[in-house]
Amino acid sequence: MDIRSQIAMVFHLDKCIGCHTCSIACKNIWTDRKGAEYMWWNNVETKPGTGYPTKWEDQKIYKGGWVKNGDKLELRVAGKPTGLTKLYHNPDMPVMDDYYEPWTYDYDHLFEAPAGSDQPTARTISLVTGEPIDVKGGPNWDDDLSGTPDYGRNDINLRNVSAEDQEAMFQLERMTMHYLPRMCNHCLNPACVAACPSGAVYKRGEDGVVLISQEKCRAWRLCVTACPYKKSYYNWSSGKSEKCLLCYPRLETGQAPACMHSCVGRIRYLGVLLYDADKIKEFASCPENELIDRQLDIYLNPFSEKVIRDAKKNGIADSTIEAAQKSPVYKFVKEWKIALPLHAEFRTMPSLFYVPPMLPVMGKMENGVYESTTTNLWGKIEESRLPLQYLANLFSAGNQDKIKEVLKKLMTVRYHRRQVTVNDIEGSLLDDAFESTGLTPDVADAIYRLTSLVKYDERFVIPAAHREEAIEMIESTDDRKGNTGFGEKKGTRRVF
Amino acid sequence: MIDSFLLIGLPYAAIFIFLIGSILRFRYYGYSVTSHSSQFLESDKLFWGSRLFHSGIVVLLLGHIIGFLIPKSIIVVTSTPLWMMVIEVTAFAFGLLTLAGIVLLIKRRIQEKRLHSVTSKMDLIVYFVILTQVITGLLVAYYHRWGISWYASSLVPFLRSLIIFMPDQAVIASMPWLIKIHTISAFVFIGLIPFTRLMHFLVYPLAYLWRSYQLVIWNRDQKAMHSSKNTREGVKPVNN
Repeated sequence: MDIRSQIAMVFHLDKCIGCHTCSIACKNIWTDRKGAEYMWWNNVETKPGTGYPTKWEDQKIYKGGWVKNGDKLELRVAGKPTGLTKLYHNPDMPVMDDYYEPWTYDYDHLFEAPAGSDQPTARTISLVTGEPIDVKGGPNWDDDLSGTPDYGRNDINLRNVSAEDQEAMFQLERMTMHYLPRMCNHCLNPACVAACPSGAVYKRGEDGVVLISQEKCRAWRLCVTACPYKKSYYNWSSGKSEKCLLCYPRLETGQAPACMHSCVGRIRYLGVLLYDADKIKEFASCPENELIDRQLDIYLNPFSEKVIRDAKKNGIADSTIEAAQKSPVYKFVKEWKIALPLHAEFRTMPSLFYVPPMLPVMGKMENGVYESTTTNLWGKIEESRLPLQYLANLFSAGNQDKIKEVLKKLMTVRYHRRQVTVNDIEGSLLDDAFESTGLTPDVADAIYRLTSLVKYDERFVIPAAHREEAIEMIESTDDRKGNTGFGEKKGTRRVF
Repeated sequence: MIDSFLLIGLPYAAIFIFLIGSILRFRYYGYSVTSHSSQFLESDKLFWGSRLFHSGIVVLLLGHIIGFLIPKSIIVVTSTPLWMMVIEVTAFAFGLLTLAGIVLLIKRRIQEKRLHSVTSKMDLIVYFVILTQVITGLLVAYYHRWGISWYASSLVPFLRSLIIFMPDQAVIASMPWLIKIHTISAFVFIGLIPFTRLMHFLVYPLAYLWRSYQLVIWNRDQKAMHSSKNTREGVKPVNN
């Protein structure tokens, strides 16, 4: 058993209001630079929709992620040795037009334009060429289902949703949507790390953050191809690839990443999961319908004495184990099993989990009237307006039962809270709900509490980074003292 | 005098600059060592340009290096007219591929406006040197036939005389001017490497083939933790 600690995340989609505050917080800190303007390490997509870059989920186009080849787990195109044949020209790499050409506005013209009979305008100027351009798209061009014929209808997740259900989804009165905030998943089996020929992409041992060493990156661009979530971006100006770094400088000082800290809907949770690194290979290559269960198996119970003992033996800090015990992610993912990874079929074992959306709670319409007049207060999960198959394609590798289980639990929590606050739920309905989901009123209350009441400290349980002590263990601090200047890794002693 | 400078001074300067320069650049400006791929900005034209150019240039460079390393075997092989013919024609074909590639790449660089913002002055110089090199190479192959044989028998001794610090320019001094230009511009090319994106072929990631797929790096070095050379007495913490 090789126990490691991973910083993992949960996004509660029922709470996401699609305000893009997370994306802006991230942009302002990290990607407001030349060559990085088009990068959205964090972005929010409307589903159904084609996302960013356009149709990223369609691996027939982008060829990312792992595939099972017999018993072996292989990268779809970027692995050994085929990856090395793609250095001169990589046919499977997205180009700027798959994202968008970044632009600004010629604000200067508003002030400098000579007097004339027309109001001066600020034209769009390309940030690449510096010349005026016609803007054809942007990172959230299909926000709130705009341009549905071009975007929403082309969503790859609709592939096995019945034509009837699809039609219903896009009728004006019946249409439904939800938001999907996305960022780097900091996977346990990252495809980007495996694909990098220079070894520049790596996973940090202590907290599992996946990073790209800017010193070592040589612009071979295979991480961009390999990441099935398209969350590694190529900086066209610096000639280096970049990706979400989970705001590790903030994590190391105990602060939540900027996207999470700024989240208006408070949908984001962050905490430690302990896992068994020896099992990654075996579990990542299991049959597709077992992927989610096996991924849950890899996470260990931080209260078990054996796990604690083995974790300590592996050099995991007491403070990290304590954080794992308090981790909100552990509760959502492992204890209550109401959060699922996005597209588990890519086999990267993502560390970001989603509580799937129930909204709208109202069921389908019959003759233009909602079914709210039935004995049920809310429609049945099976008759949800968002087809179950669609959600299953996103969160449970196509397995409807899995997603139904989760939604029923969420519904039970609603019934229970309705009963507590309004007291108008039939007893048998509530009992049935508890029985079929295996929840208890106490657990339902705990879910309710973590979903809606908790404050910053309980949503983000961040272990101390202990970098200072890490150095202390390796060498004498007396020797280290005065060696380097602030922010310098190389010595400051004079040469020559 | 000018011959001595171009055929002895320049090569030594170029090799010196290349060796010292690339080490310094790698060590102290490692961040700047990248292939600066522009595929993200334009992909379709790059497909033909880059694939043709690179497959051509790799074969040609290897050919020159093999000739330099084992000239005697080359002379033996090329003493059979048929083999000489086959190798010569193959090399010339790869030369044409390289030329087509570099022309396509230069055309692309000029036509695509997006690329202008990522083109440096050094890139232009590199284009010029490579173009000179490929064109003179092809001309040499055409006008001074059976170069594979005379390269191994006459030019390689000159190159080797440079390596053993006993420069002997007599052989090359009597050679046609086309060959001199090709040789001199080759050394210019070598000298330019540390100052351009040409550095990228020195870091070709062959090691990828034998490393394991996943890469985990610890701030805390597990091994060092348990075998610390810390000279202070007392109990070392094994956990924090």
